Amino acid sequence: MRVESESQLVEAVRGARAPLRIVGGGTRPVGALVGDPLQVAISGISLYEPGALTLIAGAGTPLSEIEAAVAAEGQRLPFEPARWGALLGAAGESTIGGVVAANVSGPRRVQAGACRDSLIGVRFVDGTGTAVKNGGRVMKNVTGYDLVKLMAGSWGTLGVLSEVAFKLLPAAPAQASLVMEVPLSEAARVLAAALGSQFDVSGAGWLPGVGAIVRIEGLEQSVSYRAGRLAEVLAAWAPKVMREEGAGLWRDLAGVAPLHGQPGDLWRFSVKPSDGPQVAARLGGRAVLDWGGGLVWARVAPGTDARKLAAPYAGHATCLRGACAAFEPEAAPVAALSRGLRERFDPKGLFNPGKMG
Amino acid sequence: MQMPLPSARVLAEKALIVKRLRAILPRDSVIDDPAETRAYECDALSAYRCAPLAVVLPRTTEEVAACLKLCHELSVPVVPRGAGTSLAGGSMPSADAVVLGLARMNRVLEVDYANRFIRVEAGRTNLSVTGAIEGEGWFYAPDPSSQLACAIAGNIGMNSGGAHCLKYGVTTNNLLGVRLVTMQGEVVEIGGPYCDAGGLDLLGVICGSEGQLGVVTEASLRILRQPEGARPVLIGFSSNEVAGACVADIIRAGILPVAIEFMDRPCIEATEAFCHAGYPDCEALLIVECEGSQAEIAEQLDLIRRIATAHDPVEFREAQSPEEAKRIWLGRKSAFGAMGQKGDYMCLDGTIPVSALPMVLRRIGEISRDFGLEVGNVFHAGDGNMHPLIIYNANQPGQQELCERMGAEILKLCVEAGGCLTGEHGVGIEKRDLMAVQFAPEDLEAQMRVKDVFDPKWLLNAAKVFPLQASASRRG
Repeated sequence: MRVESESQLVEAVRGARAPLRIVGGGTRPVGALVGDPLQVAISGISLYEPGALTLIAGAGTPLSEIEAAVAAEGQRLPFEPARWGALLGAAGESTIGGVVAANVSGPRRVQAGACRDSLIGVRFVDGTGTAVKNGGRVMKNVTGYDLVKLMAGSWGTLGVLSEVAFKLLPAAPAQASLVMEVPLSEAARVLAAALGSQFDVSGAGWLPGVGAIVRIEGLEQSVSYRAGRLAEVLAAWAPKVMREEGAGLWRDLAGVAPLHGQPGDLWRFSVKPSDGPQVAARLGGRAVLDWGGGLVWARVAPGTDARKLAAPYAGHATCLRGACAAFEPEAAPVAALSRGLRERFDPKGLFNPGKMG
Repeated sequence: MQMPLPSARVLAEKALIVKRLRAILPRDSVIDDPAETRAYECDALSAYRCAPLAVVLPRTTEEVAACLKLCHELSVPVVPRGAGTSLAGGSMPSADAVVLGLARMNRVLEVDYANRFIRVEAGRTNLSVTGAIEGEGWFYAPDPSSQLACAIAGNIGMNSGGAHCLKYGVTTNNLLGVRLVTMQGEVVEIGGPYCDAGGLDLLGVICGSEGQLGVVTEASLRILRQPEGARPVLIGFSSNEVAGACVADIIRAGILPVAIEFMDRPCIEATEAFCHAGYPDCEALLIVECEGSQAEIAEQLDLIRRIATAHDPVEFREAQSPEEAKRIWLGRKSAFGAMGQKGDYMCLDGTIPVSALPMVLRRIGEISRDFGLEVGNVFHAGDGNMHPLIIYNANQPGQQELCERMGAEILKLCVEAGGCLTGEHGVGIEKRDLMAVQFAPEDLEAQMRVKDVFDPKWLLNAAKVFPLQASASRRG
């Protein structure tokens, strides 16, 4: 089934007699895929005020449409949403609702926060077929509980998003990348030195065959100045400074290009940044680091329980491709709270049953 | 302000409740003498007061858990309290409630510069978090103006902001994890020194839940390196409209200052009389602060100067020295005190879309004339978070009510303009009954369901946030 308006969505949920699989662009098929597909095609930008740095769009709006609209005004989504289609071998065009449901953030997360940090309002339909709004279109809002954050990253299990509102940032006119040929084991130290500097780093990762990469963005003079000073801070690792020609590195990192088309299960660990290289080493396979080491992408032999292999770690792991449980099992009291929320927002268990455990 | 009738059963059982609390806490951690509990009768919304049944001041998470477990067992309401600086009545007690104060839990537990976080007990004051790390060149970004006194626990409860959140975000954007004690006395670890939630983002909904979902006893906070420097400019304008248009143009130009503060004529005049900051004689002024090295600041200020010039400013004053920077901020930082010289004041906190600024300021002026009460506007313009200050005389019968009615009109205007009732202070008791202006019943129902999960008996700070009528059936 395909819905093109919130009222159609309400009808679809009220009329549902069996579980629904909530689909945006279908580019992030993660976890249990159970139920009749319900494609959210509520599309279009309903409000965009560049002077207020805010945008509201239907949840089914293609990500590319939003990126093009804000780029035309010299702005951007702060959290650098990544596309996973090529990584997961899924065709289709990512939608903004899917990005929110999965709380997808790219390399700029270390500076500008996650998708959920830029999300300022939502409308969704809960499991009783009731449309609910939370948050709004202003960037400072503490009126009532923040269900906006709760909906981000809930993978459609609490309600089906119909509309999302974001705060935006000015796009940076200039950027520089510092590349350091260091092994994985050394990466977190290099990246911590960069992120702990005064020079406002907007990306810090490690790519196999390239090394550690660090990004600076902003006004032209400021970027030159900070790239130079940061190169001094990182001098021990002999950084090579690239300007706009380094942009491709960040596309590779956001899309996890080194792991495209590779054999093995695909895992994603969110850990304490200094633990990243060690977790990757324990996993043993090909790996990519983002978020200063705090995000580890890895391929492991099919069927391996990578959580066991990587333990102990503070954080959580997602199995994106493989036989293991997709989401990290939660401690009993946290699981009880999550279960309680699902039971109240989706009392009939209609939405993506079993996806998050 | 209506509050629910206190439970006669709980009031009658006071002696027993205090005895049971004494049995699980050290002697000096339970206060029940009415002369002493009076110190907890209000927070910074001091127009409303009510001494609690008792006050407990635990020193450990275990003691907090024991208190909550006992109160849950005895069905005694609990009002959590950080430092009691809420402007919204977030920690105002009821006569049948035990106030759980976190003031004694103020230690730094862990500082990790490599991973850029600090873990503290939640009773620690906001400014002393930065105090623990500034020697190494780091800081904690959210900076509510009460930061000298307010506690991290309260910052998390209200999702506090501050002048610099245009760049650094509010509390929720700087919070990595909490140790939370539920009303049932269960200790839950949520989040930690890593990014994002593994499951549902419970941390996101706990932050800003106004102490209704649990008591936060520890917090892991994101810390940042201090910038090389910062410098403000002051720009005076001949009208509020022009100042508002200049704010929008600065933002559109791709500059992201750390702060854009706005003051209107009544506020400018009051601060001049109060602290002689040397502000220009004008209708509205902006203070814009940029960060970075001297060269970077110069690059940003140059752009801002060009934008401002197009709006024909009355004055463009760039701070040339730390002393001049201090003078530029002096008036802004004294604004509340200065307005306080004119009488009692009520501080509102609605947020509006920046584009609606001129219209909303004009309407506030009209409302002020209609009600016959003076209002000054000083606020964070970059993010549309207004702070109209209504001047009244609390000793004159009827003025408090008049002022509250006028405040409600202004907040309704903010909502109509596409904004919200509160940008950083929280709902508390103050804006509780206006929630229906912003939310439909089903929107409030969805929020209350979250409380049903965390606190099924609705014992924690229950008479706040939601209109009393809306929450009545749940509060029992």
